[in-house]
Amino acid sequence: MIGPGVVGGAVGAGIGAPSMLAALPEMLLAGAACLILLFDVYADPARRALTPTLTMVVLLAGVLLTSWFAMSGHRELLFDGLYVSDPLASFLKLVAFATMATVVFYSQDYLEQRGMRGGEYYVLCLTALLGVFVLISANSLLTVYLGIELLSLSLYSMVAFDRDSGIAAEAAIKYFVLGAIASGVLLYGMSVLYGLTGTLQLDSIGHLVRHGTDAGVIIGVALVVVAVAFKFGAVPFHMWVPDVYQGAPTSVTLYIATVSNLGSFALIMRLLAHGLAGLPALWTQMIMAIAVLSLLIGNLIAISQSNLKRMLAYSAIANAGFVLLGFATGDTAGYQAALYFTVAYVLTTLGAFGMILMLARRGYEHEEIADFKGLAARDPLLALLMLALMFSTAGVPPFVGFWAKLWIIQALLGGAHVWAATFAVLISVVGAFYYLRVVWYMYFEAAGEQPAAPPRARMRFILALNAAGVLLLGLLPNALLNICSRVIG
Amino acid sequence: MQSIAWLSIVIWLPIGAGIVTLAMGDARPRAARWSALVGSLATLVACVPLYVGFRNGTASYQFVERANWIPALHAQYYLGVDGISLPLILLTAFVTVPVVIAGWTVIERRPSQYFASFLIMEGLMIGVFAAADALLFYFFWEAMLIPMFIIIGVWGGPRRVYATLKFFLYTFLGSVLMLVALIYLYEKTGSYSIAAMQQLPLALTVQRWIFLAFLVAFAVKVPMWPVHTWLPDAHVEAPTGGSVILAAIMLKMGGYGLLRFSLPITPDASRELDWLILLLSLIAIIYIAFVALVQTDMKKLIAYSSIAHMGFVTLGAFLVFLILAATGTSDGATVGMDGAQFQMISHGLISGALFLCIGVMYDRLHTRDISAYGGVVNVMPAFAAFMVLFALANSGLPGTSGFVGEFLVILSSFRASFWYALLAATILILGAAYNLWLIKRVIFGGVANDKVAHMQELNGREFLVLGVLAASVLLLGVWPAPLLHMMDASVQHLVQQAVASKIPAVALR
Repeated sequence: MIGPGVVGGAVGAGIGAPSMLAALPEMLLAGAACLILLFDVYADPARRALTPTLTMVVLLAGVLLTSWFAMSGHRELLFDGLYVSDPLASFLKLVAFATMATVVFYSQDYLEQRGMRGGEYYVLCLTALLGVFVLISANSLLTVYLGIELLSLSLYSMVAFDRDSGIAAEAAIKYFVLGAIASGVLLYGMSVLYGLTGTLQLDSIGHLVRHGTDAGVIIGVALVVVAVAFKFGAVPFHMWVPDVYQGAPTSVTLYIATVSNLGSFALIMRLLAHGLAGLPALWTQMIMAIAVLSLLIGNLIAISQSNLKRMLAYSAIANAGFVLLGFATGDTAGYQAALYFTVAYVLTTLGAFGMILMLARRGYEHEEIADFKGLAARDPLLALLMLALMFSTAGVPPFVGFWAKLWIIQALLGGAHVWAATFAVLISVVGAFYYLRVVWYMYFEAAGEQPAAPPRARMRFILALNAAGVLLLGLLPNALLNICSRVIG
Repeated sequence: MQSIAWLSIVIWLPIGAGIVTLAMGDARPRAARWSALVGSLATLVACVPLYVGFRNGTASYQFVERANWIPALHAQYYLGVDGISLPLILLTAFVTVPVVIAGWTVIERRPSQYFASFLIMEGLMIGVFAAADALLFYFFWEAMLIPMFIIIGVWGGPRRVYATLKFFLYTFLGSVLMLVALIYLYEKTGSYSIAAMQQLPLALTVQRWIFLAFLVAFAVKVPMWPVHTWLPDAHVEAPTGGSVILAAIMLKMGGYGLLRFSLPITPDASRELDWLILLLSLIAIIYIAFVALVQTDMKKLIAYSSIAHMGFVTLGAFLVFLILAATGTSDGATVGMDGAQFQMISHGLISGALFLCIGVMYDRLHTRDISAYGGVVNVMPAFAAFMVLFALANSGLPGTSGFVGEFLVILSSFRASFWYALLAATILILGAAYNLWLIKRVIFGGVANDKVAHMQELNGREFLVLGVLAASVLLLGVWPAPLLHMMDASVQHLVQQAVASKIPAVALR
């Protein structure tokens, strides 16, 4: 944590030309989104196929820019303290860039097969990413709200992107209505906190709100927690998750499950862990209850799903429970574990949805779990990769998911939450069942009518790299563990 | 100490060979088979320096390898063996070779995946025994479930999916509680080193919880009554090789865990709750032996017999406190612990061999029903000789390895109490009953039906596999001294650890 004196000094610097440099990734994204939109409208149809490539170039440039800023490694406040640039922000942005690049790569063929090649997908992806970035660097209630709206509005339209699909339209409407209510709740909570403290600055709120007994504070914090839980899709604010995951085009589901998840992490980190650092007791208990409920409901309902996307939605709810458990400790070790869990989860989920995208073809979504029957016989390599991904999410070594769960449990035990830790491991045994079922269908069942998996050598290669990452980070987890503990010091 | 990291070699060599085997692909079964055989043989050869270089007189870890693995979690890549783990490592490497040979032509479906699973599992199992760091131990312990899940599920019998899911979830459930206990111990000691955990003073209430968490994990694996129900299912549905590995090695991990974790880390809770283990062991020995008696499926019969024999292992290990109370010294306890350890190795060989025998018959008649057989001796005399030998060894015939372990445990139970000895000794009668009755119905008598009449005598490959196992069962039976000497110092050290109280003086309650 940084002392108030340093904060004040940085704020005093105000908007100066040099200090805006740290926000270059965001400016790049905003500019690129506009340019790609224009390009897509005005370029002749033959050239439009370049849009994904252009997007990739933008993302690559972003990675380079962010790495450059990550080098400095110190904390800096910009725009009158609305915006913060610190190692955590740089790390999350790097991960987000890389994740989005993988998403774009996995989605290309899928979108093309379905005649959804319009550049809007890429533009919306970029604006949503911008929203995530604003959340990551938010240091004021206003910035938080700006980020969450930018992200959500982009996501609503992305879910409805397949305009001829009824189920997608239904999902988008549900998501929009519930999301709008959640935004309202968030705004109300923020206004209460602002009214009580007289400041929008997150780090100042953290110092000003020290007495949790005040009814106003409790209401304000509770409302904020509700909005956070909604964004995570945590129980009891999870209703949108299964419908959206299943209804949205798979490439959009992939985006929501990964990039947007990083945004959720940033949201809770900035809003609760940093903003209300002075009052952990006030919100950690709420988060703990929400986390435990998410683990229970998510894991139990996932068992009965037959659609893989819907199953992964409930799995996402359960995994949100794990991340929130990390936050429920209210200490740095827990936040570090939650960050590690999020990164590990994003990496594994990329692969799992990538696998659905890989196997899907025109008119065939390959999203039922039964579609995976006999995959081991049809395509041993893909089955092996999926096996690694499933066991990783189940938390079995030697995959990265094991360390993610281990670190969360360790943080819980370190904070003397023995019962929460025991509950978490027991419920993850329940969770293991539905991941095992995918393996069971792939390996133990005879192949049905499914056509052979498409060759798609490039995508196969990236998927293999993805799964290899899951294994490698499982065998040698130290580097990522170290990064996660360093950026949240 | 030595320049070559033999332990790492015996762990990673089979895993590497497994990956190579997998890469051969199912289209080239010959290449896959040979690479599997070479891999398993090379691992066995790599165990020779371990056996030769092992010094018997000390209880401390040997062939130690220590490197930073995850400094962020203070977990180390820390390997080492003592007299308790080395015999189990040798057993693992030894048994995998016959498993590979036994599956040579029998496995036609996805052979490369089959052999690769076994090799990868071999490496992981050796890792479990060689790990001196609790997190590394858990890493191998859990990872091992994946290949076994695949083996039972893909190459198993008709109810294989049910059996393999039950197997996985049962063992997973047991081990996650152990993980919580291990992390708790880590929070106290600041390191995952097993030796540090063994030295950590702990209040009795804490010990009790940790003991129970460990017990769930290890009791499921052993398996002890009443959490044994996954075993008969898994055994019956698993392919022959899977049954062999399950019986010969996997069950031993439970026993190993009790010796390596429960007794030394929570000695006071073990002393307090030893009645629980002894009771469950005696139930396993007596009740499960009766259950074995009524089985109609040969594999199930041997599976239940395994549970009964593992009951001897847990009995021998936990008699230490009663002996201490009855005689005032723990001298006799080492005998029981020796017996438990010996029983693990011996049972590994005998049960493995018996499952291979059943596999031989199954390959010919495609049934495991006892009633489908009869008079096998008339058509397969050499096979019948082997089968009878292993069945007798299983019932503890002197001259075979089965006798030594049982004798030592019964001997030490006399020091605890006459009644324990009496109850434990019933296994000699019940064991003889179900083994001999099995032999009578399957091997002897007239040729039961046409199918039996057309059974082919053992081929060279099968003869070799059973012959090697028979020789080792006899060798250990008549000359157990090398194995006992190897274990001696470590067992004595373990008994000392078990009888020393770890309750901190100030927190005595």
